[in-house]
Amino acid sequence: MARPASKSSLLFSGSDWDFKTLSRAYDAIEAIAVEELHLDTYPVQMEIISSQQMLDAYSSVGMPLMYRHWSFGKHFLYQDLLYRKGGRGLAYELVINSNPCIVYLMEENTMALQALVTAHAALGHNHFFKNNQLFKQWTDAGAILGYLDFAKGYIARCEERHGLTAVEAVLDSAHALMAQGVFRYHRPPKLSSERQREGLRERLEYEERSYNDLWRTLPPSQQRVSDKEQEPERKKSLNLPEENLLYFLEKNSLVLEPWQREIIRIVRVIAQYFYPQGQTQVMNEGCATFVHYTLMNMLFDRGLISEGAMLEILRNHSNVVFQPAFDDPRFSGINPYALGLDMMQDIQRMSTEPTAEDRDWFPDIAGHGNWREILLDAWADHRDESFIRQYLSPTLIRKWRFFVLGDVADQPHCQVASIHNERGYDKIRAALAHSYDVGANRPDIQVMDVDLLGDRHLRLQHKVNDGILLEDASRDATLRHIRRLWGYEVSLAAVDAETGATIHERSTSQITE
Amino acid sequence: MPIFIDRRLNPKDKSLGNRQRFLKRAREELKRSIREQIRSGRIADADAEHAVPMPERGTGEPSFNNARNSGRRQHILPGNRHFSPGDLIPKPGQGGGAGASSPGNTASEDDFRFVLSREEVLDLFFEDLELPDMVKLNLKEILAFKPRRAGFAATGSPTNINVGRTMRNSHGRRIALRRPKQAELDAILQEIATLELVPSSAAARQRIAALREELDRLERRRRRIAYVDPVDIRFNRFDPQPVPNANAVMFCLMDVSGSMGEREKDLAKRFFVLLHLFLKRRYDRIEIVFIRHTHLAQEVDEETFFYNTQSGGTVVSTALEEMHRIIEERYPAREWNIYAAQASDGDNFAGDSERCKALLNGKLMRLCQYFAYVEIIDEREAHIFRTTENGTSLWRAYSEIDLRWPNFQMSRIATPADIYPVFRHLFGRQPAPLKRA
Repeated sequence: MARPASKSSLLFSGSDWDFKTLSRAYDAIEAIAVEELHLDTYPVQMEIISSQQMLDAYSSVGMPLMYRHWSFGKHFLYQDLLYRKGGRGLAYELVINSNPCIVYLMEENTMALQALVTAHAALGHNHFFKNNQLFKQWTDAGAILGYLDFAKGYIARCEERHGLTAVEAVLDSAHALMAQGVFRYHRPPKLSSERQREGLRERLEYEERSYNDLWRTLPPSQQRVSDKEQEPERKKSLNLPEENLLYFLEKNSLVLEPWQREIIRIVRVIAQYFYPQGQTQVMNEGCATFVHYTLMNMLFDRGLISEGAMLEILRNHSNVVFQPAFDDPRFSGINPYALGLDMMQDIQRMSTEPTAEDRDWFPDIAGHGNWREILLDAWADHRDESFIRQYLSPTLIRKWRFFVLGDVADQPHCQVASIHNERGYDKIRAALAHSYDVGANRPDIQVMDVDLLGDRHLRLQHKVNDGILLEDASRDATLRHIRRLWGYEVSLAAVDAETGATIHERSTSQITE
Repeated sequence: MPIFIDRRLNPKDKSLGNRQRFLKRAREELKRSIREQIRSGRIADADAEHAVPMPERGTGEPSFNNARNSGRRQHILPGNRHFSPGDLIPKPGQGGGAGASSPGNTASEDDFRFVLSREEVLDLFFEDLELPDMVKLNLKEILAFKPRRAGFAATGSPTNINVGRTMRNSHGRRIALRRPKQAELDAILQEIATLELVPSSAAARQRIAALREELDRLERRRRRIAYVDPVDIRFNRFDPQPVPNANAVMFCLMDVSGSMGEREKDLAKRFFVLLHLFLKRRYDRIEIVFIRHTHLAQEVDEETFFYNTQSGGTVVSTALEEMHRIIEERYPAREWNIYAAQASDGDNFAGDSERCKALLNGKLMRLCQYFAYVEIIDEREAHIFRTTENGTSLWRAYSEIDLRWPNFQMSRIATPADIYPVFRHLFGRQPAPLKRA
């Protein structure tokens, strides 16, 4: 490849960076990204931070603003320790799904690394956040920073007013239920504006003040219907069954005060905000990695990056997409960067140089020619599970030498179920896709029933799929937290999803401190 | 173009509040491990950072988790080399259940050690000693510094400008660069004015033009050469000077006969640690001498002092004699501030108490800055003994010394909270903390 790499056309030389160079690099990278990949991004806000600040960001789940809680302190101590011992390097960047998109850059990065990180985060992730259906529907990039600011202030005010311990107790319990605090099947309501929330709180406070106990003494208007007849009515009025435990507790708990409900709501909103991120790891990282790899090569081909810088970039790139085999001591699961990048490059390959097999498996893509369009569509429409189900090709299964291992708990052996052969492709693809389905892999726990007029016993149900039960100790501890928020007895029944038989039931009255 | 924000100069320790909340939550557990470390560590090390294990209670974050050892699942793994469908692979370890995926990395978040700062350690250590707040502050202060003038510097804060120096430099520079003086300008102006008064002649007009040119030149020169230039400015420079401290030696005397058990030694150790903390704040260099005694006294290292038991009777005066010998030999009272702390359970060989009294009265109390004696008693006896003046012969003998010497303190202690009052006198003597710069 002959390139007119005159010194003057380089975006940068040497490893030092300054703001002018960063800005020039961003402009050049963005121009290529728009022109060649047709990316569409939020405006970018780049923040240069030190390693200490990166650790701070780690411990507050990556957000620039967060309320205070001891568990973040604990995570900080842990990350700090790992970092100081050299057990783990820090990320080169951190990107926040907000509008404008905030990208943290580490000050220690060399200029080559800053360019790489700019392409990866400021363009790759940014495009994904803005265009992916899941993020569009389920999170509100424009409002999140404002909301966190409100949350931080609100919780600080609660701490002043009600004391640290009281606030901590609610937060602890709410954190325990974060995974059960999201709407998985219907879209969450948009974050209301500060004014609306203020109005709502005022109304609640008014209700509190004007509560009159006399109403309770009025005689019931009609005959008491029997419990059995009431049940469907009751479930309907409470919208049962309900999968979002935090939502249910926030709206229906009988012991919580308005400020406690608001805190639960804050935790719930944050859990909901992060929910799409858990479902799009492969896609999100794949998209960002594909974008940085493609863009960096384009820059190099145009003579904008020197060979030395490119070598450094490639070295970092290959560290990121390193995937050891299952029997390697370094193996710790499938690397989402590697899988995502490979799948996207595979789509690129199929659309330009398809084989007969590809034409057979992917008639729509093979030979299509315009891989940009296919990728843009895939980035917009899919999450990990559907993306893999749709696009994982036999070529890639062979390249990765995937195999499926059946594991039944009480047997001493695992059995190899499928390997990378004609009969196995479909099964491996389905199994891999399934393993990325967050909904299917998180314990499915729902509120089934509660008798508000009777003993107020809250009944939860755990739908047991494939016989996978809950861990006893953490289940009991979590149930205690639910009891704290609910105020009355709580029980959890494990019900087999296929047969409908109750496996066992655990109630808070059985749990002793 | 993106917006750039440089956050590096933002205040550090954004998560300090979270850390404090966490420490507060784990307080009891942390206190226990600090106490354990101080008990097993060296006295001089109490006053430092300590690494502590992650507390188990109260810091768990439970959530509903799938149990690893139940149900049927499938693992999808890369890198198959020789497996065919139907192959059986034995599971690694019993109850692992995770097939070939590596277990264990996730559990470690609750199992690690982290470092507490010196301040945090002392806070935890002080907690049940019931020290007054001012004393705590006093002890946590590391070193006292006093700003002392140390010449002049070319940089500094505006409040520290030294006007005299600055003007002297300015003056010198103005002379050297021949900055026109205001008087010269005034003289020329004056001359122009007088020339302009008389009717103009050609010579006068010429003269005025020349004068105006000269005036213009001088004014330009004045503008170019500033009256006070940044290079003239000098600042007072201050050096933080540590407040002069001297040497101190601390004698730890303890009865190690069989009657001193674990509890007694633990209390004694805290007693010694507290005195050491006090001395460390006040003196640059502290040496600690450990003297243990039964019916014989000997100087030992710290390890032996606390952990070796020795059988034998109890003759307290031997320890005092040994102390006196060591002072004579190594720590002349002119150069050293001598502090002594003695812990015992009160037993003494009959008739020896008189001898102790004589030794203290005659020799030691004159040499010592301070002598503190604690008698460690059983908690059950505490309420009986604390009020009465009666006691062992040693107690009675020491009581007389207490009356005679103001720098002698004695007390009976049963719990950690009793220790501080022994030193109240010591801490009370210089109540104001040494001022920092």
